[in-house]
Amino acid sequence: MAEFTLPANSKPKIGNTYPAPSGAKRTKTFKIYRYDPDKSETPRIDSYTLDLDDMAPMVLDALIKIKNDVDTTLTFRRSCREGICGSCSMNIDGTNTLACLKPIDEVKGEVHIYPLPHMPVIKDLVPDLATPYAQLASVEPWLQTKTPPPPNQERLQSPEEREKLDGLWECVLCFCCTTSCPSYWWNGDRYLGPAVLLQAYRWIADSRDEFTGERLDALEDPFRLYRCHTIMNCTKTCPKHLNPAKAIAEIKKLMVMRQ
Amino acid sequence: MSAKTRPLSPHLQVYKPQLTSIMSISHRVTGIALAVGTLLLVWWLMAAASGPDAFATVQGFIGSWFGYLVLFGFTYCLMYHLCNGIRHLFWDAGHGFELETVYKSGWYTVYGSIGLTVVAWLIGIAAL
Repeated sequence: MAEFTLPANSKPKIGNTYPAPSGAKRTKTFKIYRYDPDKSETPRIDSYTLDLDDMAPMVLDALIKIKNDVDTTLTFRRSCREGICGSCSMNIDGTNTLACLKPIDEVKGEVHIYPLPHMPVIKDLVPDLATPYAQLASVEPWLQTKTPPPPNQERLQSPEEREKLDGLWECVLCFCCTTSCPSYWWNGDRYLGPAVLLQAYRWIADSRDEFTGERLDALEDPFRLYRCHTIMNCTKTCPKHLNPAKAIAEIKKLMVMRQ
Repeated sequence: MSAKTRPLSPHLQVYKPQLTSIMSISHRVTGIALAVGTLLLVWWLMAAASGPDAFATVQGFIGSWFGYLVLFGFTYCLMYHLCNGIRHLFWDAGHGFELETVYKSGWYTVYGSIGLTVVAWLIGIAAL
């Protein structure tokens, strides 16, 4: 049964306030979810006011600014800072996105930053992604074949066949979509979620892959695939503008067509 | 620290309500409301079968301002569930997944269900 409220140990309380640096003319306040596993405290919301004229334009830049200059204990994942690695996924201003691709000036008023929704929190903005990663492994996201490879060459694919993978291969596995999905919130232990299903379809749609039947067999399940109720939060939130909901619909269509 | 004692990150509490999720939950709510509303229909039919006195009681309730309110809500739930159900049929056939189309079909459903409800009531009132 879905629990709509947070457990007692998860309710954030008001935390520390870090005022704007003196002389700042254009300021912005960032309200950031903090949780320290080494203290026996519930999570808190810390408030940091920064000088916009003394920093770069993205939300990730603000987080780095805080970590460098204000509060070194702030913990978050980041790597490429240009939307390629998928590390800095988090909930900003109420929707999931990559902090590096989210301009601060798109947010009116205070910038509220939380970890990806409905996930166990390891520390601050770092969620435990062990479950979605295990779910990804379960769809065996690699090329599988039955026929022997052609001698002295690759398994070839026509440009048209390759085109079918556009909109699928670009996924950076940030799990913004998966953690935006209410169905995944309530049934994440058994429903695979949009990101993993998009990956599953990426291999189903690949003309070189010869395990389509087995892949569909593995997904034919009331929970793994069919907990998708076409809510469309996934497509709405994808920072790479991909369409997981459409990929899931294509899998559902293939399930019907093969009967 | 074991995984079990880790806090759960906020979800419903922080996720911005948007057309996609609001319309989805509304589809469920209207579906449940229709099931409950059907009990009203059953009550009406049973009363009609059991005699003029019982029928008059039910008619009296339905004809009251509260009865009209319930019927109006029932009509809207029906129209919304119908329109959004058609939207879901298109999705099931693999159409209309582009975000722009999702929003367009969403607003059509919202306005369409309001329009159909008003039309149904205008016809109903004219027939009184």
